[in-house]
Amino acid sequence: MRKQRSFPRRCGITMSLLLACVSTIALPALGSPHPQQTNAKEELLSLPGEIGRSGGRLVISLRAEPKTLNPLTAADAPSREVIGAMQADLVHINRATQLTEPALAKSWKISPDGLQYTLTLRQGLRFSDGHPLDADDVLFTFRVYLDESVHATQRDLLIVGGKPITVRKLDAQTLVFQFAKPYGVEERLFDGLAILPRHLLEKPYQEGKLGQLWTTATPPSEWAGLGPFRLKEYVAGQKLVLERNPYYWKTDTKGNRLPYLDELVFLFVPSADVQVLRFQSGETDIISRLGAENFSVLGRQQRGYSMSDAGPGLEYNFLFFNLNDLGEKSSADFALKQKWFRDVRFRQAISAAVDREAIVRLVYQGRGAALWSPVTLGNRRWVNSSIPHSPRSLDRARALLKEAGFSWSTASNGESSLLDSKGKPVEFSILTSSSNADRTKMATLLQDDLKQLGIHVQVIPLEFRSLIDRVTQTKEYDSCLLGLASFDADPNSDLNVWLSSGGTHLWNPSQAHPSTAWEAEIDRLMEQQLSTPGYDQRKKLYDRVLEILAENQPMIFLASPDILVGAKNSVANLHPAVLEPYVLWNVEQLYFRNSAEIAGR
Amino acid sequence: MRQPRKLAKWLVVLVALHAIVAAAGFFAPYDPVEQDRQRPYLPPMRIHLMDAHGHLHLRPFFYPLKLREGSFDQYEENTATSVPLLFFRSGASYRLLGFVPARLHLFGATGARIYFLGSDAYGRDQLSRILYGGQVSLLAGLLGAGVTLLLGALVGMAAGYYGGWRDELLMRIAELFLALPWLYLLFALRAFLPLGVGPFDSFLLVVVVIGIVGWARPARLVRGVVLSVKERDFVRAARGFGASDFYLLRRHILPETASVLLTQAAILVPQFVLAEMTLSFLGLGVPEPLSSWGNLLATLQQYNVLVSCWWMYLPALAIVPFFLGYLRLASALQQRTVTYKIDEKNDWNPS
Repeated sequence: MRKQRSFPRRCGITMSLLLACVSTIALPALGSPHPQQTNAKEELLSLPGEIGRSGGRLVISLRAEPKTLNPLTAADAPSREVIGAMQADLVHINRATQLTEPALAKSWKISPDGLQYTLTLRQGLRFSDGHPLDADDVLFTFRVYLDESVHATQRDLLIVGGKPITVRKLDAQTLVFQFAKPYGVEERLFDGLAILPRHLLEKPYQEGKLGQLWTTATPPSEWAGLGPFRLKEYVAGQKLVLERNPYYWKTDTKGNRLPYLDELVFLFVPSADVQVLRFQSGETDIISRLGAENFSVLGRQQRGYSMSDAGPGLEYNFLFFNLNDLGEKSSADFALKQKWFRDVRFRQAISAAVDREAIVRLVYQGRGAALWSPVTLGNRRWVNSSIPHSPRSLDRARALLKEAGFSWSTASNGESSLLDSKGKPVEFSILTSSSNADRTKMATLLQDDLKQLGIHVQVIPLEFRSLIDRVTQTKEYDSCLLGLASFDADPNSDLNVWLSSGGTHLWNPSQAHPSTAWEAEIDRLMEQQLSTPGYDQRKKLYDRVLEILAENQPMIFLASPDILVGAKNSVANLHPAVLEPYVLWNVEQLYFRNSAEIAGR
Repeated sequence: MRQPRKLAKWLVVLVALHAIVAAAGFFAPYDPVEQDRQRPYLPPMRIHLMDAHGHLHLRPFFYPLKLREGSFDQYEENTATSVPLLFFRSGASYRLLGFVPARLHLFGATGARIYFLGSDAYGRDQLSRILYGGQVSLLAGLLGAGVTLLLGALVGMAAGYYGGWRDELLMRIAELFLALPWLYLLFALRAFLPLGVGPFDSFLLVVVVIGIVGWARPARLVRGVVLSVKERDFVRAARGFGASDFYLLRRHILPETASVLLTQAAILVPQFVLAEMTLSFLGLGVPEPLSSWGNLLATLQQYNVLVSCWWMYLPALAIVPFFLGYLRLASALQQRTVTYKIDEKNDWNPS
């Protein structure tokens, strides 16, 4: 490992010179322009930032094997992470600023009525196999995404106001996107929509074989993309090796074509603990998605690597009660429990009794933030700072419960228990995922918090799939502790959670009609912000949604963990962000310092 | 007569160990579920006789630990204040042996909490949790062994005494029970049970499961003994005098199996304590916040605990004296049986 790693670092410059020479000889023969240096006809994107050195191989572990390399069918996080390094979109969200930036489209214009988007492509760009990109590729891409028979995961995003968007080509570089209704997200829509190579995929598309294409077994010659890296080798069960895309369309400020790295290797390491061991032994260069406890273990014995805390991410953890209308399915016993759960004062009392600071301290070792709203501090543009951060108050909880008709009785051994208006002791269970130690720990803390109110809580760790089945299908549970992580900072990424018709509206999913007035109000506000152009207007509407959530507490928000990463000291230009992918979002700019530079730091 | 004395010695050791666990409330300084959220993963405290200035104190004392500034898992001793260790002091209320209310503890301190064996992720006293956890684990082992031996003795005697197709059937069932992959069946069983199984129910479940799984081996042993005993002259004689089956089994055959059953008991108890620990380790035992030796060890499944909190291994150490006691007792019992058998033989065939 050490040998392999130190070689490119020492010979970085020589290597890239060598590569440049090789490509001048080899590539004109293929009829392609010289890709290493910039060409006058190419409109490349120049990225600000530290100038790096070429060469090197970055190794990172992936928590599961990607299921596919096909952006049309990729639904799992590992596939999306890998595809993110291999593909490019028209407009991209900068993970650090959380704002949009030109990508394959060098500019865009939105018509005053908000229904027409005109995008201009960069000139002279090429796919990773050297084939030129033009507007026809974009047309083809959107035709595929919108084709129902393809079952693309992106299709739902492209249906606005009940109608699919239409795409029209003005000339070889200009495209017009037509919307049925104004779309609040605006150009953020284009982020993550990979532009596909028509020259490779059109034939399979006509044959209806697109879904089976670009699996992990696809040979590199049948694969092309616009991302910084291209497919080199896939070893099932072990690793995915990507190599530098010589036609990539970004440069640094000195005009050096990015990416700097020669190779990017994903190792498949399913266990978080084994990922830590691999990183500690130097097998991987970067580790992300670290738990706070492993972070402090690594932090305590730093050897040649450094750890960093990027601040609270977008993940929010919460407790919610079963507010489903179960009708006849419900037992008398459970109907009684639901009477408590439906009382907003009961939910507010639980929220007041939760010691969020203790969760941050004991579960996240201080590397997290207490939450009173689903929007974390990491989401700078959408956080609503007017939501009160009420500290833990058992007195307030008791007052609320008393007001709701609850009372207390004291047993002979001095333990008090909470009774409802009919004299039944208040007891319920909390489901958590058994594979998530953090959430099980939170539930155990809640158990102790609520014991002080005289509520007897049982914690039931359950295998994740059966837990989701209980929450969304059979609906046989009292309450559940879960976490959600939005993939984008925009509120629309959580549309499914807040709309009462949404499948992830966890406390009462997929309702035909909103069952409460406040849910109806949230529905209305969310729909409204969806078609309201302009950030300020949308922010106002979404702030109101957050306030309604805080008043009604359908979810009792607990805490959000920080994004914690570690990297070898030699990895430069690393700027961990709170949006996914946390560390690889600027993979084209990452490079390896040589040992003198590390010592000088 | 070396054997009886050896037997007595190990019996005394075991009784003493069990008494400590049974009276966990007295020996444990705190309530095992009480959380101290300022002190998670606190390492065991040191008990001093000599203070920071080099003065000798007659009463042992400790320095309270506090989190190092800006850290969440590093502690430092606050040598400015020493807290004396107090003996036989009143503290958290508990029920001795499950029913006598009491407040007296062997030791404790005022002003700061003493963590003799450190604390867990929630700042709960590890010593108290090990002692109380022992109650669950040992009781599960003892009750499980009781159930097993009862079942084993009944089945073994029935099979051995009646013989024929009954013997065949019972022994094939026993073999089936030995061959089943129990751990996986238990996971399946747990999935079918209602979600909210209370602490008492899940304890009973563990005991029943352990008892049912284990009966096959003692049943085969008992059957062997019964097979040989029922052909002995005194049994035949009793039958000749018209004794009923029940009388024969109770009066003549059961006493002969006693030594086998006792030895088995001494072997099975630690085995079943281990079984309970395995179940709890995998999350099938008593639920939080109750402790058992198994679920105390379950925290070691996390890498960070494994590498940085050595005191979380201590529950594993706690079982060592118990196991040693039981296994020595078993071997002493076995030796006694053998000696007794030889003596018996010599009485009958003086040569």
